Amino acid sequence: MTEERPGVETDAYNFAYLDEQTKRMIRRAILKGVAIPGYQVPFASREMPMPYGWGTGGVQVTAACLTPEDRLKVIDQGADDTTNAVSIRKFFERTAGVETTEHTTEATVIQTRHRIPETPMTEDQILVYQVPIPEPLRFLEPRETETRKMHGLEEYGLMHVKLYEDIARHGEIATAYAYPVKVEGRYVMDPSPIPKFDNPRLESPALQLFGAGREQRIYAVPPYSKVVSLDFEDHPFDPSKADHPCALCGAENTYLDEVIMDDAGGRMFVCSDTDYCATRQAEGHRGAQSAPFTEAAE
Amino acid sequence: MISVRNVAKTFTLHNQGGAVIPVMAGADLEVAPGECVALTGSSGAGKSTLMRMIYGNYLAASGSIIVGDVDVATAEPREILKLRRETLGYVSQFLRVVPRVATLNVVAEPMLAVGMERVAAEARARELLNRLRIPETLWELSPTTFSGGEQQRVNIARGFAHVFPAMLLDEPTASLDAANRATVLDLIHEAKARGAAIIGIFHDEEARARVADREIDVSRFTPRAA
Amino acid sequence: MSTPATPLLQVRDIRKTYGARIGCTDVNFDLYPGEVIGIVGESGSGKSTLLNCLAGHLAPDAGEILFNTRADGLKDTLKMSEPERRMLGRTDWAFVHQNARDGLRMGVSAGGNVGERLMAVGARHYGNIREQAIDWLDRVEIAEDRVDDRPGAFSGGMQQRLQIARNLVTGPRLVFMDEPTGGLDVSVQARLLDLLRGLVREMGLSAIIVTHDLAVVRLLADRLMVMKSGHVVEAGLTDQVLDDPQHGYTQLLVSSVLQV
Repeated sequence: MTEERPGVETDAYNFAYLDEQTKRMIRRAILKGVAIPGYQVPFASREMPMPYGWGTGGVQVTAACLTPEDRLKVIDQGADDTTNAVSIRKFFERTAGVETTEHTTEATVIQTRHRIPETPMTEDQILVYQVPIPEPLRFLEPRETETRKMHGLEEYGLMHVKLYEDIARHGEIATAYAYPVKVEGRYVMDPSPIPKFDNPRLESPALQLFGAGREQRIYAVPPYSKVVSLDFEDHPFDPSKADHPCALCGAENTYLDEVIMDDAGGRMFVCSDTDYCATRQAEGHRGAQSAPFTEAAE
Repeated sequence: MISVRNVAKTFTLHNQGGAVIPVMAGADLEVAPGECVALTGSSGAGKSTLMRMIYGNYLAASGSIIVGDVDVATAEPREILKLRRETLGYVSQFLRVVPRVATLNVVAEPMLAVGMERVAAEARARELLNRLRIPETLWELSPTTFSGGEQQRVNIARGFAHVFPAMLLDEPTASLDAANRATVLDLIHEAKARGAAIIGIFHDEEARARVADREIDVSRFTPRAA
Repeated sequence: MSTPATPLLQVRDIRKTYGARIGCTDVNFDLYPGEVIGIVGESGSGKSTLLNCLAGHLAPDAGEILFNTRADGLKDTLKMSEPERRMLGRTDWAFVHQNARDGLRMGVSAGGNVGERLMAVGARHYGNIREQAIDWLDRVEIAEDRVDDRPGAFSGGMQQRLQIARNLVTGPRLVFMDEPTGGLDVSVQARLLDLLRGLVREMGLSAIIVTHDLAVVRLLADRLMVMKSGHVVEAGLTDQVLDDPQHGYTQLLVSSVLQV
């Protein structure tokens, strides 16, 4: 791990920024998380050269997983080109010298904030989530001592109280993101603020790791784990989406962002996964508002 | 049915220099089923004190008080509670109930407590309230708002609701008009006829003469001044 | 009504000290099904310490608390594993706090508050949970149209009744109450007492009620324990203890309140 790589811009950093002892500590936490799916493993989160809330947990997990042969993709709300995604990608280009990509299919490690890529993941990939608040029970029971006990004793009635409140107030389960799930029939887990549309894809061939830097927790969903979104018998889980096709690529089954076009109420719905959308457009798919063929992007 | 043997009672006033006041000694009393015994004696002679000891409300200092098969003087609280629920009825001069409970329920309660069906209990409660001339318009109201005479009649209805084998009556005819007084005396006669052993305090001499088989002057249980 | 032979709860030699200071000591009693026992005493007499020891909120230094569990008969709750004790806490046991805010989730609607215990024991049908919540609100005299309101919008008396509904919805057998009528005005107290008495009777509940209000125990409790400086100084039938108190402290306590 410590050997010099020709691609690294500077040798002032250890490979992937973290020192080897720290990586070891984080890998231990990851292994423990994999061994106990959905369980929040405490770890000694390090100061990272970015503010809390910018993905310090995800960055540490990614750093501990990366090997020189990896190809990294970073997305923020599905997009490869937002500030957060660009700066983290740059960070690893510089400190690990690994290749980066915007294509889901080419990546071996994907760090994400708030989305699961639309393109199905494979067994050869690792998905690393940036997690702001790992504790699903936090807003109902603020005492950490109590929530840990609840996890330990599998006392999850409170989680349903939240869903009950949703239905009582809105007539349906209105929780649209960070929708709680039960992993492998044991731990209730917050899948980070991904839209509930993504919840069914938490059952995946890829290894999924979750890092919360400020809260100092790591947890994991191993490949092919059973992940069940909580619900009521008479109000079953519904991974709803906006009732539109993508305006650019015409996809009917993707999670969409609403883009405001003007100040007269004009708007369009486009795939939040930029790579998926671009790939489809390159394949010739077109939506209602996409540019004409002749002006197709490079 | 009720057997009081060599009962003594003292009050110890811990907060007044530990003064010990003997109020009763050597009390003996037997009441057979179907018999009514009146306690007499001047005010302060200890009629109510004796009655309260039999009910378990006051603690006897010594002696035994057998009601049915329970010695009230030494019984566990829950044995006394069971005795009060099933065997020993008490009509006091004061109605003490939770405010807000409807009169009908106040009267039905002792029957419900021994497991009677609500329908039957309420039917019996209605019958008693009718006999005691409590207007039906009041049945759904709490008796705590009633006049003294009405409260007393509700108290009597409640006391006679369950067919207790033994009963203690403290001034059951006080503050009643002639018609209601007659009803109460009838109720006592009926209870005697079905075999209840009754101890009563009646200041009303005529009423006492009509229901009591014997009189016991409790002043003979007053301890001699030491 | 037959008298069951086995007590629901047997308390043996409970002692709790805070350093050199005695919280409570040498406490012994049996509680039978359907019985209500009152614990009275002034502030600092150890009655709340005792209640918290009994309910498993505090660990006593010595003694046994044997509860007649549905599955295994008498078991020492102090020796139970924590999951077992917590399970008891949301099924067969209930705890009514003096301050309703301590016993309610203020950020959750009345229906959610009542439904929580049902969901905690596995209820997963929204319609049924809501129906039971509304039924219980009705039993504690809270109108159905308040089911989605949060407790913060309720009066003190309503909050207390909501707390009772929340506790009784799973049909517990033993209820611990800490000053259940404390802080409520007199007319509201009467309503609550009436309600409690009715529920105790209907459900055959056993209850342990801590209060300093002798009027409350006279109406609710079959038996009474009087505590002073951590010791039980007198115990017996409620009306006997109140009308013919034997211990000096009880005499003082009874004579210093307004006529009840």
